[in-house]
Amino acid sequence: MKIDSYQKVDSVKKAYELLLEQPGAAVIGGGAWLKLMPKTIETAIDLSGLGLDEIEETEKEYVIGSMVTLRQVEKFKPFSVLYDGILSKSAGSIMGVTLRNIATIGGTVAGKYGFSDLLPVLMAMGAKVKFYKRGMVGLVDFMNETSSANDILTHIHIAKTDGRGWFYTMKNTAIDFPILNTAVAMSSDGCKIAVGSRPYKTAMAEKAMEFLNGFSVPGKDEIVKAADIAAEELKFGKNQRGSAEYRTELCRTFVKRGLTEVML
Amino acid sequence: MKSSINVNGTLKTFEVKADEYLIDTLRNNGYVSVRRGCDTTSCGICTVLLDGNPIASCSYLSCRADGHKVITVEGIQEEAALIADFFGHEGADQCGYCNPSMALTLYAMKKELKNPTDDEIRSYLVGNLCRCSGYVAQHRAIRAYLEVKS
Repeated sequence: MKIDSYQKVDSVKKAYELLLEQPGAAVIGGGAWLKLMPKTIETAIDLSGLGLDEIEETEKEYVIGSMVTLRQVEKFKPFSVLYDGILSKSAGSIMGVTLRNIATIGGTVAGKYGFSDLLPVLMAMGAKVKFYKRGMVGLVDFMNETSSANDILTHIHIAKTDGRGWFYTMKNTAIDFPILNTAVAMSSDGCKIAVGSRPYKTAMAEKAMEFLNGFSVPGKDEIVKAADIAAEELKFGKNQRGSAEYRTELCRTFVKRGLTEVML
Repeated sequence: MKSSINVNGTLKTFEVKADEYLIDTLRNNGYVSVRRGCDTTSCGICTVLLDGNPIASCSYLSCRADGHKVITVEGIQEEAALIADFFGHEGADQCGYCNPSMALTLYAMKKELKNPTDDEIRSYLVGNLCRCSGYVAQHRAIRAYLEVKS
């Protein structure tokens, strides 16, 4: 990555104006992944001086600033119990602390990276994202959009919910990209299943969720059927880490394990 | 552009490019204990402490380090010598290329975790690779170091 100029802004408004005014401008989250991209950024916009590096707790939700590092997410005590700690677990499974002290949650979310360990968990938990101009949007809706945000992501909101959760990341080594990420969350809103590293961007297994949520108390047979539906409805691809067929079978297995864990 | 960084307790002002990374700024100014490895945030060889937290200096922009405190292994010489003794005693030290990064990460871990379990130690150091000694002897050395320090 090449950067022509660097702007540490003193307000979100200024960051937004720069982003709109200069076609070659880009917001830098942690910057670790962008560094590896073969691109030129005319103006790098740095949000690190705007106080977006804190996690706030209100009566009903957790509000995570977009510049909060993955290590902060991992270490934030309430996340170690929320949905059985899947957010802490997913953040802590990403490479080493030297990366997690750099990479930000905002960079991961805004980038919609297919390999993200956090996105499946955040989507399964029903997180919302807040942009400077656009305001609050459901994370799933944001992920389903094909256009880029062209806005400044300021916060990620997670409702305080008494739910169950399960997350598993399949990797060849601890510091490799995942082959498949699977998150399952169960709350009063029903069951949610999100699958990432397909290797495409994370998606919800909508049909499997609809099937399961049609039962008041799903049993083993329904869980097996839901796992089959998830494996069939989601599209998988191949890369050097695994074939589409392999990922399909992993999905079937992990969705079944996750549902069994949170429902039985 | 200028970036003022407190390096090992001394405030320094560096002239840096917009896309210059901290590893280059430090090495170009004599802090050669900061070594280059994978250059992709994977191996941990380039670790420095930023405000006490271990980071991969190969992926941290020098502009962003403006106003922050950086510690290289030159800044923890006494502790690094002690860690090196434990590594040497356990046969955990071969080529030595990863030693500065190991020492810094271990130093940060000791401050951050109280009485870490074996799994916590392994998890904390997962991003610091050693390509010659293996990790069993290192783990023994780390355990011995932590026991003495406690």
